[in-house]
Amino acid sequence: MAAGQPEDRGASDGRRGAVVAGLVSTAVALLIWEGLGRLLGVRPILLPLPSQILVELGSEWSWYLGHAGYTLMTTLAGFFLSVVGGVLLGAMIVGSRFCERYLYPLIVAMNSVPKVAIAPLFVIWMGTGPEPKIAIAFLIAVFAVIVDTIHGLRSVPQDVLDVSRVLRGRPLDVFFKVKLPSALPSIVTGMKVAISLALVGAIVGEFVSSQRGLGYVIMSAQGMFDTPRVFAALVVLAAIGMLLYAALEWFERVAMPWRAPRDH
Amino acid sequence: MADTQHRPTGVLARGVRKQYPGPRGVEALAGIDAEIPPGRFVSILGPSGCGKSTLLRCIAGLEPISSGSLTIDGRPIDGAPEGVGIVFQRDSLLEWRSIRRNILLPIEFAKKPLEPARAKADHLLAMTGLTAFADSYPRELSGGMRQRAAICRALIDDPSLLLMDEPFGALDALTRDQMNVELQRIWLETRNTVVFVTHGIAEAVFLGDTVLVFSPRPGRIAATITIDLPRPRPLAIRETPAFTRIVGQIRQLFESMGLMGESGGAH
Repeated sequence: MAAGQPEDRGASDGRRGAVVAGLVSTAVALLIWEGLGRLLGVRPILLPLPSQILVELGSEWSWYLGHAGYTLMTTLAGFFLSVVGGVLLGAMIVGSRFCERYLYPLIVAMNSVPKVAIAPLFVIWMGTGPEPKIAIAFLIAVFAVIVDTIHGLRSVPQDVLDVSRVLRGRPLDVFFKVKLPSALPSIVTGMKVAISLALVGAIVGEFVSSQRGLGYVIMSAQGMFDTPRVFAALVVLAAIGMLLYAALEWFERVAMPWRAPRDH
Repeated sequence: MADTQHRPTGVLARGVRKQYPGPRGVEALAGIDAEIPPGRFVSILGPSGCGKSTLLRCIAGLEPISSGSLTIDGRPIDGAPEGVGIVFQRDSLLEWRSIRRNILLPIEFAKKPLEPARAKADHLLAMTGLTAFADSYPRELSGGMRQRAAICRALIDDPSLLLMDEPFGALDALTRDQMNVELQRIWLETRNTVVFVTHGIAEAVFLGDTVLVFSPRPGRIAATITIDLPRPRPLAIRETPAFTRIVGQIRQLFESMGLMGESGGAH
């Protein structure tokens, strides 16, 4: 209802201020890096200068964009699967004593296995296409969503549940109209963690075996000691990470307009 | 509104006991005998922790009784009975729904058509002075306004029995007085059966046709007092001799049970 309403001015001013401050501190850090690098004459193969990285990016930007697109797609696919799967599993664990007893310990045990270590397995199972990368991204990200979904569903206030019971709401109605929306802020918190983890998973998948994506760019450039290229890929990765996080912050505001202050 | 309304419901308690499970299970109710006749406004008054809320939760079907019999219109309570509205001390509104959609929640749960209920919602909003806030979120309302919305939600599906568990306990004294007057006005229009739990003597007497006075835990009914004051009762009735006599009588009763003034007539 309030989705189309203008944002509270104070809040959006605050956000803009934070962005400006972040840009300023980044610019200062890059200038120091550039200045020190030139002063000390550091070799580009060890640590390229920001200007050299920029030149590298500019000269082959469409090539980087292609690989970035591939990594972005596997990240998003893994992320969406982790959100759907994580909410579903979280709901099952909260909703059924059986799942809580038998499924949850299994998930915790699986999560304590380092996913990076099992990444090569997925190549054996799924080949060298996007599937193993998506699977690893999913596996790394899903636990965060599960944990926060469980927390959200368990934090529904008791009096709200009591009212639902007195009103004789059917279990599915109560779940979708009361419990899930009540858990949404917590689920979105889990999603913010999951999106960064999904990106990690996609890169890990590309490290293990790939002919495409930023993970592949880093591995192949490293093999040829092309350090500026490694750094260029890292810059693109950082940009993707920030973009995804910003997208989720935007989603958080749009999906939960009742939390944002509103002018009368 | 009367044309769509359920017949008011009567509640009958015979030897109702409630013991919470576990080795140190508290005995909350120790043999309650009470009759809540259809269409009456019954206040349940008692000190904190006396089990009065427990009785209300048992009537709502939220807690099973341990022994005795508790019936609504002659039927034993097993799970939430039909046609019951409830208001808690916390308004328990859904933060993500507008006030109007909060009020319509019972209709959605009951799978009834929304269109006719909208007019009813508008009527209730007007009756409680919330029309301008129909499309606001709960967080944009004051505590008193939120509680009024919770009352609207409890009334939207024409409950034959309205249960209220210290609904104004979290409000400041002025708002609480105002809400007492409003609740009486609404009730004079709806005339459903109301069970109103409170620890304020004046509030219980002001609102009730009958006041059931609870003893400290384990809860028993120490007295059943009929309030014969004419309605609508203005707030000023609390200064009349008839009113203060009843309040004094109840306070003496509490004092004889070893409770001093702290649960007394300030409210």
